[in-house]
Amino acid sequence: MSVATFNLECPLPIADYPNVVLAHGGGGRLSRTLVEKIFLGAYPNEVLATLHDGAVLDVHGGRIAFSTDSYVIDPPFFPGGDIGSLAVHGTINDLAMCGATPLALSAGFILEEGFPMADLWRIALSMRDAAAAAATPIVTGDTKVVDRGKGDGIFINTTGVGIVRPGIELAPRRARAGDAVLVSGSIATHGIAIMSIREGLEFETQLATDSAALHGMVASLLDTLGSDVHVLRDPTRGGVASALCEIADSASVGIDIEEAAIPVLDEVRGACEILGFDPLYVANEGKLIAFVAAERADEALATLRAHPLGGEAARIGTVTSEHSGHVLQRSRIGGLRAIEMLSGEQLPRIC
Amino acid sequence: MCLGVPGRIISIDESPVGMPMARVSFAGIVKEVCLAYTPEASVDDFVVVHVGFSISVIDEAEADRVFAYLREMNELGELEIPQPEATP
Amino acid sequence: MKYVDEYRDAADSQKMLAAIHQRVTREWTLMEVCGGQTHTLIKFGIDRMLPEQVQIVHGPGCPVCVTPLEMIDRAIAIARMPNVIFTSFGDMLRVPGSETDLLSVKAAGGDVRIVYSPLDAVRIAEQNPHREVVFFAVGFETTAPANAMAVWEAAHRGVLNFSMLVSHVLVPPAMEAILSAETNRVQGFLAAGHVCAIMGYHEYEPIAQKYRVPMVVTGFEPLDLLHGTLMLIEMLEDGRIGVENQYARAVRREGNTVAQQTVSQVFMAGERKWRGIGEIPASGLSLRPEYAAHDAELRFAVGTITADEPAECISGAIMQGHQKPHQCPAFGTRCTPERPLGAPMVSSEGACAAYYNYGRVLA
Repeated sequence: MSVATFNLECPLPIADYPNVVLAHGGGGRLSRTLVEKIFLGAYPNEVLATLHDGAVLDVHGGRIAFSTDSYVIDPPFFPGGDIGSLAVHGTINDLAMCGATPLALSAGFILEEGFPMADLWRIALSMRDAAAAAATPIVTGDTKVVDRGKGDGIFINTTGVGIVRPGIELAPRRARAGDAVLVSGSIATHGIAIMSIREGLEFETQLATDSAALHGMVASLLDTLGSDVHVLRDPTRGGVASALCEIADSASVGIDIEEAAIPVLDEVRGACEILGFDPLYVANEGKLIAFVAAERADEALATLRAHPLGGEAARIGTVTSEHSGHVLQRSRIGGLRAIEMLSGEQLPRIC
Repeated sequence: MCLGVPGRIISIDESPVGMPMARVSFAGIVKEVCLAYTPEASVDDFVVVHVGFSISVIDEAEADRVFAYLREMNELGELEIPQPEATP
Repeated sequence: MKYVDEYRDAADSQKMLAAIHQRVTREWTLMEVCGGQTHTLIKFGIDRMLPEQVQIVHGPGCPVCVTPLEMIDRAIAIARMPNVIFTSFGDMLRVPGSETDLLSVKAAGGDVRIVYSPLDAVRIAEQNPHREVVFFAVGFETTAPANAMAVWEAAHRGVLNFSMLVSHVLVPPAMEAILSAETNRVQGFLAAGHVCAIMGYHEYEPIAQKYRVPMVVTGFEPLDLLHGTLMLIEMLEDGRIGVENQYARAVRREGNTVAQQTVSQVFMAGERKWRGIGEIPASGLSLRPEYAAHDAELRFAVGTITADEPAECISGAIMQGHQKPHQCPAFGTRCTPERPLGAPMVSSEGACAAYYNYGRVLA
């Protein structure tokens, strides 16, 4: 029996990042590098390597989807939701992106000493409501309390399992040249809603998060199109741009998108203009991107638009065999620009 | 430099210390803006806002200038319009 | 959005482009001195749609990029002090100093906060009377009035725990430095619209005459840039010298005199070192002695700081228009937005970042 070489050396050159920085959690290039080098580096396996929203596992003649997500958002309460409803919706959505019907959730809490009990109760009720609306019970959980000053109020981890629909495989590798790239509605709303209450960047306007459970809309899309849906992704941190870049890279395809086709709410646009943000990189919590077979694009759009959460669904682009691995955007005036992953979060700018 | 975004003044108020402030709407998103540098601005004016300050009131007549030029171009005849480049 | 959307119209932009193509008979090298204009040009793909004979070079128009290394190091030293709340515009946070950057200081536990307006920093100082609040006052003439007002407010209201670390720069001296260089190839300038909204453009007229270089005050939307380029090309093709105003909806020749007054009450001009270029006389602003109590440089003893740029970074050559980012041997390899060698790669307005994030695949 051979003994595997035990490698203690950290794969990320120490000279690069001796400490974790905020950008490692931003959903951009640094996040991806961290996952690839540390986690995939330390405990690689085929399933993990797909780096999709959830893992699909074969089990007793069927397939289950398994996904986890942690929520650290501050402030915990915001227009349209809270950290609890976000945590429930987020994991349900990850399962839905795998083509799974959500079965159940777990909820783990890390609470900071001093966190108001009334706020915890409010969050728990919000989770009850979100879970009930999605018919996905929270069946197990865990609670830890850390010293005051070591927490940030409340952190929540939700993990979910679901049953993958037979005959459905949703993965970047199924993307084909010619596939239509659809988005289920206006983008960047969540990120801007959160930004609008963050100190130093406040707006007077009450913008609500778009946080929602998408599994119902996914189900109707799969009912209509079946395996002609190739890829689903919910563009959370890092926005639509990062999600498209990751898919282009994983699937080794090119993606062309049209700036003029991308739906954005007026107020969200206004906020992005003031802050100097590109809506493509701002987080969403109630939207999905779908890659569908070219000839079924119109049907897919109609199906999405018929659903309450998909009223503003739009086709934003096409998969191509050219510029493999890269995403190109045609600006509204006709010029081309490459869409790259950002290294970290967008920062408001003065120039 | 610099990020200056046009917004419409929806109301003018006076902050406790007397600095003229306004509520400005940018496509529906409203932010408080300091009006000290555009004392002549009034409600419904459009102003250019940079880091929370109004730096200029937009002159509507001048704003039309580039479009007047384009209309003139139309009258002078057809221009050969270069095609947007094909995807590389 | 009014005054934005109509300047992003596809048909009108195409018409303007056609006019430029028709007018150009020979090669011209133009310079824009504004990070915001750099971004519009690349983000909308305009630089690739212009005729090949028209070269637009991106000058030192990104105040973040030209902030001297020593000033970044000074900011970092102050931000690390235990009782300090260090406030800044967002784009300064990732700019590399000699060893680290403000974002890393934040990661290590420093109280570093992003603000949208300098007035927000004064408010933070009022809300935290037992902490020292420092604001990193960076920018060109456009931002100077805002920063001046913040200091004036703080002085007027007795907010003694508020101070500013000032690193303001002025455009006309930089333009002269570029035009007077022996190696200068720039034949025309697109002047930064919002700088001119404050300062007017009468200062540029003698410069245009002295160096025989036409200039057009230009806005920031695609149609503005195309219109400004067209106006500049027409002046060049006709052999006309002078300063014209494309951005007339926001810029008057005399500028904003109220803003200019406040700036001269609070700040005074002096020499300033520009990162990548060197010292340019009378090119910077610093606080007048009457406001010394709010001058962070005097308030915080951080010792003498000298710093050396990484040898590989050619940001100076790029900002002066001698080279383009993709011509730098380190571009995209040893120098990326995650591991920048110099400021233009990490500032969202920097020429190198713009090329990297928008144009790398297409270059």
